[in-house]
Amino acid sequence: MSTVSDSVSLSAPSGVDTGLTQKQLAAKYGLTVSGKRPGLVEYVRQLWQRRHFILAFATARLVAQYTTAKLGQLWQVLTPLLNCAVFYLVFGVILKSRDGIPVYIAWLCVGVFVFQFSQSAIQAGTRSISDNLGLIRALHFPRACMPVAFTVIQLQQLLISMVVLVVIVLANGITPGVTWLLLIPALILQSLFNTGLALIMARIGAKTSDISQLMPFVLRTWMYLSGVMYSIQTQINSAPHIVKTIAALNPASVYMDLMRYAFMPQSFSKKAYPGHKVNGHDTAHWLTLPHHIWMIAAAWAVVAFAFGFVFFWKSEEEYGRG
Amino acid sequence: MAETATTEDRGVAPTMADQVKHERVPTVVVDDVHIVYKVHGAGAGKGSATSALSRLIAKKRSPSIREVHAVRGISFTAYRGEAVGLIGSNGSGKSTMLAAIAGLLPTEKGGIYTNGQPSLLGVNAALMNDLTGDRNVILGCLAMGMPPAEVKARYDDIVEFSGINEKGDFISLPMRTYSSGMAARLRFSIAAAKTHDVLLIDEALATGDQKFQKRSEARIRELRGEAGTVFLVSHNNHAIRDTCERTIWIEKGELIMDGETDEVVTAYEKFNHGG
Repeated sequence: MSTVSDSVSLSAPSGVDTGLTQKQLAAKYGLTVSGKRPGLVEYVRQLWQRRHFILAFATARLVAQYTTAKLGQLWQVLTPLLNCAVFYLVFGVILKSRDGIPVYIAWLCVGVFVFQFSQSAIQAGTRSISDNLGLIRALHFPRACMPVAFTVIQLQQLLISMVVLVVIVLANGITPGVTWLLLIPALILQSLFNTGLALIMARIGAKTSDISQLMPFVLRTWMYLSGVMYSIQTQINSAPHIVKTIAALNPASVYMDLMRYAFMPQSFSKKAYPGHKVNGHDTAHWLTLPHHIWMIAAAWAVVAFAFGFVFFWKSEEEYGRG
Repeated sequence: MAETATTEDRGVAPTMADQVKHERVPTVVVDDVHIVYKVHGAGAGKGSATSALSRLIAKKRSPSIREVHAVRGISFTAYRGEAVGLIGSNGSGKSTMLAAIAGLLPTEKGGIYTNGQPSLLGVNAALMNDLTGDRNVILGCLAMGMPPAEVKARYDDIVEFSGINEKGDFISLPMRTYSSGMAARLRFSIAAAKTHDVLLIDEALATGDQKFQKRSEARIRELRGEAGTVFLVSHNNHAIRDTCERTIWIEKGELIMDGETDEVVTAYEKFNHGG
């Protein structure tokens, strides 16, 4: 039973190829090791070729997200609004963080929406491989499509939220100015940064599913340390220099500050908000931007994206295994 | 009915003698392959939190990870234009072999060399269940690298081939509402829309009805005509006889027989009845 039958001749090479070993035969006809990952340049080319897939996938997913909910697509706007409402209640009204900050509601909403973009891109990226194993095993495409597509979904979500944000900002008496144009480069840089993080987390999440249990805690800590709903600068005023430097380099704060500056440059004016004590109450104190903030933002974006891309690609052949 | 189809197909397919005369170009070379995979959550040991903790502290390997030596030293070569059937009892390593050819499983020893990237069509390969059938068709084609214009041009053919709309407008419903047969049909139709160098079909046609099976068998023959190689795993010996002229019999991860379908399937049936 264990003997191979004599009809093995069907498998054996014939004619000029007779006598070649399997390896020699494969080499002669240019066969490659199955599932081997392509070179970095070729990989980028394949990914670029799938750009239509990434966009179509992201759009379809975004639409499908709320199909079972009665309010449907309305949740895309309601979710971030409710988030802002909760934070406003807790930090604005109860903990009185709003006292020191000019135009607190707008300041808070920009922070919440911008941080949410990074947070959800990272969370979706972590699960992007493990949640789509069926698709990954069934069809062949560069796997980086998945984390990239999930970041695109979050970007689309943010753009929808931006419309709400503009309404909130205008309702707080802020007039649009030229600085609003800065929103575009700031968004591009943050998107690059998020894509990089999503790629990194996708590879880690594909191997260790435990990480998706841990991520909410990591992200929540990051949120509280980044000053989304209160000014982190005033909290660490007396802290050592190193802590201040780290806080200034924190990418989440950097991107939030850029958006806040773009939306409401007046809040950063010393004249408009001198921050004196009036009748024993603190009035709003002007905000400051760390030095070289655009360079920090660009550096984070480029480093995260480049590292994330290579890190993800290094393990390309292993996604879908196990 | 099946018998007449068999004889007809025999007439169309080139016979082995013809094949040998022509120059044979190998597309899949499997060289003494061993596959060992780790199974997580194999069930041994206690699954409680305290036992997980004590395992972490003792730095012991989780007892629920077990190694399975699924394929033990298989070698064969498949050539352009061949349809190769894979048979064997449940758990004999057929599906593992296909997954390895597709590059989804690493080999412990030996190597698998292929012409281009093989595509694996499995029975439980879900696409995007919460999306509608038409979204799945479009996204599936785009994912395989088709340009959007080609997807548009092929869309109607794919839907028609799948026969999803035969009983009303089902293509605009989410895929999770499909029966397993319908889902399998749509998946095959999407995958078969593209010309593949190597197409691996793992029981993916088993749930389709008679009419669809005939149609997909015809499509497999077409794919072979387009200079592709098709592997078919099936427990339906009729389907193997109808589509493949060569069959490989695997048992307990070892190659038992590799030869003309008639000969191998007959031996396999004899073995099953005897055992």
